[in-house]
Amino acid sequence: MSEEKKLFKVTIDNITVEVEPGTTILNAARQIGGEVTPPAMCYYSKLKNSGGKCRTCLVEVAAGSTADPRPMPKLVASCRTTVMDGMIVKNITSERVLDARAGVVEFLLLNHPLDCPICDQAGECHLQDLSYEHGKEGTRYEFNRRTFKKHDLGEYIQLHMTRCILCYRCVFVADQLTNKRAHGILDRGDHAEIATYIEKSLDNDFIGNVIDVCPVGALTDKTFRFKNRVWFTKPVDAHRDCSKCCGEVQLWMRGDEVFRVTARKDEWGEVKDSTKGGPGWICNECRFEKKDAKDWTIEGPTQVSRHSVISQGHYVNVVKPKETLPDVMGGRGPKLLMNIHNVSEVNSPEIELSKIAGPAHSDDFKNSLDNGK
Amino acid sequence: MGVKLLLEKAHVEGIRSYEVYRREGGYRAVEKALKTMSPDAVTEEVKKSGLRGRGGAGFPSGMKWSFLAKPEGVPRHLVCNADESEPGTFKDRYLMEFLPHLLIEGLIVSSFALGSNATYIYIRGEYAWIPDILEQAIAEAKANGWLGKNILGSGFDCEIYVQRGAGAYICGEETALIESLEGKRGNPRIKPPFPAVKGVWDRPTVVNNVETLAAVVPIINMGGEEYAKIGVGRSTGTKLISACGNINKPGVYEIDMTISVEEFIYSDEYCGGIKNGKRLKACIPGGSSVPILPANLLLKTAKGETRYMNYESLSDGGFATGSMMGSGGFIVLDEDQCIVKNTYTLARFYRHESCGQCSPCREGTGWMEKILKNIDMGKGKMSDIDLLWDIQRKIEGNTICPLGDAAAWPVAAAIRHFRDEFEWHVKNPQECLTRNYGLANYADPLVIPA
Repeated sequence: MSEEKKLFKVTIDNITVEVEPGTTILNAARQIGGEVTPPAMCYYSKLKNSGGKCRTCLVEVAAGSTADPRPMPKLVASCRTTVMDGMIVKNITSERVLDARAGVVEFLLLNHPLDCPICDQAGECHLQDLSYEHGKEGTRYEFNRRTFKKHDLGEYIQLHMTRCILCYRCVFVADQLTNKRAHGILDRGDHAEIATYIEKSLDNDFIGNVIDVCPVGALTDKTFRFKNRVWFTKPVDAHRDCSKCCGEVQLWMRGDEVFRVTARKDEWGEVKDSTKGGPGWICNECRFEKKDAKDWTIEGPTQVSRHSVISQGHYVNVVKPKETLPDVMGGRGPKLLMNIHNVSEVNSPEIELSKIAGPAHSDDFKNSLDNGK
Repeated sequence: MGVKLLLEKAHVEGIRSYEVYRREGGYRAVEKALKTMSPDAVTEEVKKSGLRGRGGAGFPSGMKWSFLAKPEGVPRHLVCNADESEPGTFKDRYLMEFLPHLLIEGLIVSSFALGSNATYIYIRGEYAWIPDILEQAIAEAKANGWLGKNILGSGFDCEIYVQRGAGAYICGEETALIESLEGKRGNPRIKPPFPAVKGVWDRPTVVNNVETLAAVVPIINMGGEEYAKIGVGRSTGTKLISACGNINKPGVYEIDMTISVEEFIYSDEYCGGIKNGKRLKACIPGGSSVPILPANLLLKTAKGETRYMNYESLSDGGFATGSMMGSGGFIVLDEDQCIVKNTYTLARFYRHESCGQCSPCREGTGWMEKILKNIDMGKGKMSDIDLLWDIQRKIEGNTICPLGDAAAWPVAAAIRHFRDEFEWHVKNPQECLTRNYGLANYADPLVIPA
């Protein structure tokens, strides 16, 4: 099979990309990056069978393929739909998609407590990002939200079911990474919950990864709970020799203190592949028990997206995210709704602040307005 | 009067037993198919008959059978969907309870056509007494050589197994049914791949409704072309309708799809008119998930033509002024029924039965139920009606399986046709608790009983 593989051309929001057959629309869009990538709350590329559930990644297929250019009647889940040659996909250029996505965000937030101020996930929460980017202001929901008691899943992990959006990622982790799954979904519908049978503790070595895959603050690290906000800590890449896992981690530090250890994440919030091959899942020992900088070889600061809240504390190694909007809009840049420098009268050229003796007073501006017009 | 193909022998004494069924001409279709026809010829007959799936969607069955992937060396399966959980639909129960051998016969012929050596009947948990009836029928059929190894010397082996569900509406969705049959949580799978390629244990599978599979028997006996002559247009053959609600004679009726809705409701042969001489207000013609229709749109289409009991006529006008044949659960509401309460009851059902896998259905069904409950209790707001409309619009078509649509359509149709009743509930919060809105302008003045 050394012959050259035929690549499929797929156009997403006016940007064409060539991908291998069998790629999903979402992964094709991730190759382009930027705004044209649909958000994904339940899909996780490292977990088999994940995806298709949250419906945030819905896109419109305007043409199925070159051979059969009919559009698909329904919006499709981009994470589970594979591309065809000549497929034309509309994501942010489709009103239908934006409307449906706003609806999905509203549905996801219906029973979410929005307790971000006391939630450890705040700052790196996918649901927060999603609702900022795609949600609407305010809620139309006027009923009691469903609530659950907090559960301890073993000695390191706490389950706060109230925040859960039932993405099933942790179930897949338990299914695929650990040898005996002791937790799953009980009940159905809006009363479904993640649960362990009779509070059975999860003691597998890799179960800590459920914290990394949880898109919200439903599964949190008990060794880090309420210790710090993520944006006050600085992530650095580090490694150690571990007999169980790849040992490649991110340390979340403040000064010399290691507050938290997680697996390394890529720009989509998913666990990166390790340099030794395979996804870089880490073991419980690395995650929970090595909270001393002496345990680790520190490689340097992690690259953090400029848009991330973690970069706000003048963090070094900030990367500029790829901007795709001009491509989507056929070369035009996004139009500003209002350029504050044009409409503001504070900076009227008639007033030269340097010429005013002493601090400027509101009277200085008032006079100029009255005199000038 | 009408042609009866399925229920013809339903009233013969002891038809449930093998001896009587065989004496009445049973298992002739198996003999004919296995001795004189090839599997492809059976499929061809079903295609010719124009038989459409009786479970709700109305997809042509012969076509579905021909989509079945047939890779070399991989076993194929036929699954009979007996998880009939749609509120208002009880035709399959009747068929399985009184004519179990008809279903078994249909299953043997269909298994032969599809090459399924292990065929499953997935039956809903609430039908607790029916698996015993079916298992007895299977044992009788096996004892008489209709099942097992080398049936009738044709070299075809077939076994039928009965699997009970645990009582979930969602397990009537074919991929959820397959998951449940495999012993997993009954969550619908994401399609593609379709069951015809990867079904039970990742093998090619056909999932058909009980009535569809039973209808294969008359098709083989009389020939596909002959069967296609019954009925009208693309609605061929006969259809079982389970009529219930405010009618004089609720029950399961076999119709040949040429009678009008008016005749079906008012003639003594079928429903026998509205109970207690009341007037007809509305009707859900195809099981709880299809849109409800007010009386004037039920009897006549928007164009003023008579509406008939068949797939095309019932869906005439799209969802704006029409409905669907669905699974044949015909629910009649008289002038004393409250549409808001009815919609709330349905919304409560769908909220309870949503599997909770995808977010629009999981959260949306619960939200709609709460709003409808408020309106029903006289605590609603005018803006709630528009909100309901918006919620159903955002659920419909955005979910993994059709349960989201099924939950959205009844709410949409109720608001579309009965908006004034919703508004009356909001404006008269006290009065709506003590009396019903009544008929308003929905009832067809033509049909006031004398």
